[in-house]
Amino acid sequence: MSAIDLENQEKFQQLQKVIDEWKDKEGPLMPVLHSAQEIFGCLSLDVQKYISKELDIPVSDIYGVATFYSQFTLKPKGKYRIGVCMGTACYVKGAQAILDELKKVLDLEVGETSDDGLFTLDATRCLGACGLAPIMMINDDVYGRLKPEDVKGIIDKYRDK
Amino acid sequence: MDMIKVKIDGIEVEVPAGTTALEAARKANIDIPTLCYLKDINEIGACRMCLVEVEGARNLQASCVFPVADGMSIKTNTPKVRAARKLSLELILSNHDRKCLTCVRSQDCELQDLSKRLGVDDIRFDGERHDKPVDSFSPSIVRDPNKCILCRRCVSVCRNVQGIGVIGATERGFATMVEPVFNMSINDVPCINCGQCIIACPVGALREKDDIEKVWDALNNSNLHVVVQTAPAVRVALGEEFGMEMGTRVTGKMAAALRRLGFDRVFDTDFAADLTIMEEGHELLGRLQGGGKLPMITSCSPGWIKYCEHYYPEFLDNLSTCKSPHEMMGAIIKSYYAEKNGWDPANVFVVSIMPCTAKKFEAQRPELSAVGHPDVDVVLTTRELARMIKEAGMDLATLPDEEFDPALGDSTGAGVIFGATGGVMEAALRTVHEIVTGEPMENLEVHAVRGIEGVKEAEIQLGDLTLRAAIAHGTANAKALLEQVKSGEKEYHFIEIMGCPGGCVTGGGQPIVKAKTYMEMDPKVVRAKAIYDEDRDLPIRKSHENPSVIKLYDEYLGEPNSEKAHDLLHTHYTRRSVY
Ligand code: SF4
Ligand code: SF4
Ligand code: SF4
Ligand code: FES
Ligand code: FES
Repeated sequence: MSAIDLENQEKFQQLQKVIDEWKDKEGPLMPVLHSAQEIFGCLSLDVQKYISKELDIPVSDIYGVATFYSQFTLKPKGKYRIGVCMGTACYVKGAQAILDELKKVLDLEVGETSDDGLFTLDATRCLGACGLAPIMMINDDVYGRLKPEDVKGIIDKYRDK
Repeated sequence: MDMIKVKIDGIEVEVPAGTTALEAARKANIDIPTLCYLKDINEIGACRMCLVEVEGARNLQASCVFPVADGMSIKTNTPKVRAARKLSLELILSNHDRKCLTCVRSQDCELQDLSKRLGVDDIRFDGERHDKPVDSFSPSIVRDPNKCILCRRCVSVCRNVQGIGVIGATERGFATMVEPVFNMSINDVPCINCGQCIIACPVGALREKDDIEKVWDALNNSNLHVVVQTAPAVRVALGEEFGMEMGTRVTGKMAAALRRLGFDRVFDTDFAADLTIMEEGHELLGRLQGGGKLPMITSCSPGWIKYCEHYYPEFLDNLSTCKSPHEMMGAIIKSYYAEKNGWDPANVFVVSIMPCTAKKFEAQRPELSAVGHPDVDVVLTTRELARMIKEAGMDLATLPDEEFDPALGDSTGAGVIFGATGGVMEAALRTVHEIVTGEPMENLEVHAVRGIEGVKEAEIQLGDLTLRAAIAHGTANAKALLEQVKSGEKEYHFIEIMGCPGGCVTGGGQPIVKAKTYMEMDPKVVRAKAIYDEDRDLPIRKSHENPSVIKLYDEYLGEPNSEKAHDLLHTHYTRRSVY
């Protein structure tokens, strides 16, 4: 068995433990999904199928919950999660141009993750730092008063890390 | 039951405690508009079309989920109510893809009805619209997300009535959709093509894959012998599409209409139902006498078959190997009948008129092509046939009664009752009893297997053997039954399962019944009654007495379950995954 399969197997064992703990309690779905999101980093179809079988809840119900709440994701996120603020202040100060530049540099659409697993590109709501508009965040790092020409340099810095 | 008194618009009515305001109003002959409500199936109070004023309550209440209390006074037609309903409707319409002119549900659409009824002459908001691709990959079910009004009637049917749940609400806010998971096509999820979601949908968001053009083309092709057959359930429902009362039998008029449409032969699938009984009856006897798996489960319903393949593959060996009747018919038309008439099977085109959308999927299974061509070329639903008849400018009601064509048009009462839940069982018993005991059954009508209870059981004495039988209709009921068999809690010899609740009479290809009508009658009961009346009125009521079936065995097949019969009339199944 390859290392990936083994790792996966361990994760499913972990998930099973959580399911066993919640199975007979009221409203098991939310806590199980939370744990699954933590264990796997996302709720893939395989993970949802597994939970569906164990809890006897249709996959469509699980998927409905998984897409309703923004804390769940269906696909794994990249190592660096880029969030471009599209709040009003940032928008007025040219956030769209920043986002467009990022799409070009990364060759990604909003919501997508790069094939090497490094970057996920997202558009976000107001991040509460309007004074620095337009801004973007990469994981916990904040970049403010951005200009499109800054983008490539910043991304390269993470690529080389 | 405790009765309570309430006043609806000043009219006093007495209703059982727990009755909703919507139902109480019906007692006062007041028809409150509804949209998301579907009796017993979807009672979620989501669309706000059914709002009423309850004396003493501050907010308007959704009457479809609001239970009345003794002494309550309710107003259903105040300015406040009218304005609120209209607002709700306009909001729904504002992001609806309002293309009635080209919509299959036009004039049969609850949303369109409401718009007219509530006098919407202008839509004050210009809502954001979805522009999503129509999912037409499935050979049975087409989904147009742009017409979906998110009422969730389909979700409830698929999840609760059928026990499947392959469509559900996803995302939130404006992005909310009713769809399969992970943006998959309905063709790629474990959907059984039963079409129960279609007949639950109030609008044109779900519909069958339309194959009418293929049939017009065939009829227009002078090289083809175009042969049509009709399932038992079609004749008791087609009339509804032409304004006739539910339960009207139109067998003769339907035969006339098909002939006028230009089909070269008009045959009756009931003939093949009789043939099925011969094959399946003998298969059962063979298994009872010591070969093969028990309980044997019927295989006439392609919705059920796909359900079994996806969800209960451990029962695949229990399935009868018999093809469904219309597939048997296709195989016989392209072999025996073609040979007799000197037709090249390559030039024979078989059309099945069915109450069923699952049969569209079934017809394209590669294993169902006995003579190197598909046994059945095209399946049309009852609704599609009605559209063809209308397009041709015929009014069914004014057509004369005509007969099916001889030979493969001959049938018996046993063949007809295939259309209702319990019918295959009853037809089989009529024949099997006589084979085993040499005596006809004392009473041909086996009332224990009739009716709309979800799971029915019966014990029938066959000589020394007490045959234990069970019947389930709708896949959620099938699931409950199979679980009991699996756990060993129940033991049977013979089980009949139909994919749709009620059996074929309420199949997913049948005329759409409005939500309002469900509050007055149960189509499962009304249409089944017509089926049993048809049986009662037929001179021959047992499959093995069908003269043309006897002749077919004499001239061609030899005996039931012979090698030739196996080649033409039997099939095998495929294990399928769940997602
Ligand atoms: S679903 Fe109804 S309202 Fe919508 S386009 Fe079709 S007929 Fe018109
Ligand atoms: S066709 Fe049947 S199984 Fe498929 S989505 Fe509709 S109700 Fe569900
Ligand atoms: S597809 Fe039809 S039944 Fe299902 S939610 Fe949409 S409008 Fe309602
Ligand atoms: S609008 Fe961008 S931080 Fe507030
Ligand atoms: S809320 Fe009552 S019909 Fe929709």
